[in-house]
Amino acid sequence: MPAPGAPRLPALDAIDRRLLDGWQRDFPLEPHPFARLASEIGITEAEVLARLHALRDAGMVGRIGAVVRPHTAGCSTLAAVAVAPERLDAVGTEIAALATVNHCYEREHALNLWFVVAAEDEAAMLETMARAAAIAQAPVHDLRLRSEYRIDLGFPLQWN
Amino acid sequence: MELSPRDRALLAALADGLPLAPSPYAAIGRDLGMAEAEVLARLRAMLAAGIIRRFGVVVRHHELGYRANAMIAWQVPDAAIDAAGRVLATQPGVTLCYRRAPGPPDWPYTLFCMIHGRDRATVLAQAEQAARNAGLADMPRAVLFSGRRFQQRGARFATSEEGAAWTRSTGAS
Repeated sequence: MPAPGAPRLPALDAIDRRLLDGWQRDFPLEPHPFARLASEIGITEAEVLARLHALRDAGMVGRIGAVVRPHTAGCSTLAAVAVAPERLDAVGTEIAALATVNHCYEREHALNLWFVVAAEDEAAMLETMARAAAIAQAPVHDLRLRSEYRIDLGFPLQWN
Repeated sequence: MELSPRDRALLAALADGLPLAPSPYAAIGRDLGMAEAEVLARLRAMLAAGIIRRFGVVVRHHELGYRANAMIAWQVPDAAIDAAGRVLATQPGVTLCYRRAPGPPDWPYTLFCMIHGRDRATVLAQAEQAARNAGLADMPRAVLFSGRRFQQRGARFATSEEGAAWTRSTGAS
């Protein structure tokens, strides 16, 4: 991953951009999906794989995989906690390392640390919240999902 | 559709994504004792059932120059929230939109959206326009730009023991 705040993006050509933007959904479910991408773009499978390796190494591709509906394979919530500013780095790093925490961000508010907990069931989720509260030495607020109006389908990337 | 233990195992095996190799589904299946055809059939079924929302390239927006990422939350009367949410969801720049339970007394906000943009001014302008269009211009709101990112990955759904083993063996990325 590039250093935080790194000002410049590596040069991305039209093929890289297509690989990043073109298969955010409907990635081919067939035995040789990268060969399918290659034939649609007009390059070789080996070049598709080499470019995706490079984009992953640059941190631009997180993964090629499934975005799963909340509460499908377990129980999840959004959690927020007010951490003493001088402890935020240490607390954020420690909470982020909990196995059932994904997405953990500093945000600009008195509630300054936000994270998603996704666990196999509610008990495991609440246990993670309790551990996070102990790490933060502050109450962790549980902001459960009530309704979804727009879900994560990937959005078209703009390059300028 | 009820998820079977094999579906769950497949989702867990996919948490870090497909291997970048010519036959990635066969490779995923090999570790699970599952034929390539079964891997593909299960993924298709979970997609058709809406359990998998999308299957594809998950980009990291920050690394692509989307440096201004704001969560915006409004305090909206319960009776108005669904109508406002449905409009907010369609506004330019809004990438996620949902209702959540209220939090502590100093967090009365229940209607959330995310806006990813390249700079703060653009995000704030999009938020203002979205609020106007959704009838939220006069509602109390909180705008929370993100700062440090400690973790961004797919959900793992591991038991704590398995998760600890995973963290030790590979390091959280």
